Order: sequence, then C-alpha cells, then structure tokens
Amino acid sequence: MSAQRVAYTLDSTLETVNSAEETAGRMATEAGFEDEEVMKISMAVREAAVNAVLHGNAYDPGKKVSLAFERIGSDLVITIRDQGHGLDLSKIPDPLAPENLLKTSGRGIFLIRSFMDEVHIHPTQTGTEIKLVKHVHGSAAGGKEASQ
Amino acid sequence: MTMKSSTRQVDGVTIVDLSGRITLGEGSVILRDAVRDLLSKGQKKILLNLGDVNYIDSSGIGELVSAFTTVRNQGGELKLLNLTKKVHDLLQITKLYTVFDVKDDEAAAVKSFS
Repeated sequence: MSAQRVAYTLDSTLETVNSAEETAGRMATEAGFEDEEVMKISMAVREAAVNAVLHGNAYDPGKKVSLAFERIGSDLVITIRDQGHGLDLSKIPDPLAPENLLKTSGRGIFLIRSFMDEVHIHPTQTGTEIKLVKHVHGSAAGGKEASQ
Repeated sequence: MTMKSSTRQVDGVTIVDLSGRITLGEGSVILRDAVRDLLSKGQKKILLNLGDVNYIDSSGIGELVSAFTTVRNQGGELKLLNLTKKVHDLLQITKLYTVFDVKDDEAAAVKSFS
C-alpha cells in the first residue's frame, strides 16, 4: 500500500479556512469517499482550520497554519497545526449540556469528533496539532476520540 | 457561494429568505445584520427560510442561536422554515432541533406566530 502526502503552509486568514475546506473535499473525493462522507470530512477540516486561524493563531499575520493530507493504508489522515499557545482541552465545554445549548460558540471540536473516525488533539505551548483520521472503508461507526 | 438575504411580509410575519452558506465571515454577518435590522424596525415575528441554505458551519449555528435568543429577549419569536437535510442533521446532532421551532410549511408557519 503506497503512502501519499501533500502539505501546505497557509496564512492565518479566512481564505485559508475556505481553501482548507475545498482541498479536503477534493482529497476526500479522490480517496473514494461517498458525497456525504466528503461533506463530513471537509466540514471537519473547516472547523479545525477555523480553530487554528481564529483561536490558535488569532489571525496573527506572523503565524502560519500547516495542513497536510496523507493516504496511509486505507486511511485518509489530515493534520492541521497552528502556532498559538495550545488549546486547553479542559476549557472546552460540552455543547450538548442543557446549560450550553444556547451558547453561540464551542461546537467546533464536537462537530469534528462527530464527523471523523479518529481525532487526536495534541496541544503544546508552541501550538496545537489536530490529526483527523477517516477510514476509507468506514470500519468505524460514529466518532472515536483519543487525545494525546 | 456567498449568502444572500431578502425579506418579505406575510400577515404580519417577516419571512427572511436566505440562500447560500452561513459560515464564519460574510454569511454569519449577513444573517446578524438582517435580524438586527428587523428588530430595529420593530419587526419581531421572524421566519427564517433556510430552504436554499446548502451549508452551515459551527459559526453559522452560533449565529442562528444568537438570532433566536436576541429576538426572544426582545419579546419576539424566531422560527426556522424548510431545513435542508444537511442543516436538519446538524441541528439534530447538536441537540438544537428541539430548541428551535422548526416548520416545513410556510402558510402553517405564518399562522403559528402568536
């Protein structure tokens, strides 16, 4: 099984968010996913890119977003890294809790976990790396999450 | 595709026809401005027609929630009409489907406003 990797270094802008989403959709289509799965993958990547640009790098023009797509075996693996101060996972509230339902933010990570088979979040003081995995043949039902 | 918004009046209810994407940036701003404009004119019975909204992200969901609570806090009502499957599914998994008053028939939706 051959491995393919495509990587990009992008500015901390809204254009990066749209570009990441579009590229994810193209990569997922080329990997053989059905339309609905393509939509889920591209939306998960969009949400991760929003986190990187908005919350991680805070639109800082001096900070970049790294985006990589890999075909590893039968998996599509997408890695997004920012240069912020590191996501504090303990501060992400459960968006499904009754007291949080009417909050206007805080659903991005939840949607990413809902749409991907595996989500690995690795925050450090020099940035957050989030790795999204989708099995091409969909062996997993629902999202699985593992934080590192 | 960017978002477009237009409004019309039916029996005292303002129907906002939205099309395109409600996402971080322009789409969310257009929705926010549309609702603020209606409230400033005293139009507090608002029906958001999402039939031509083909994509919404977490920021767009947040904007819908903000519109809902803003209108409600001013004594008005905001309801949703004609959800596409994608938007319906998103509201289901975020448990917002039961928070919003969701309609699929415009005439019945207009009549449902108090």
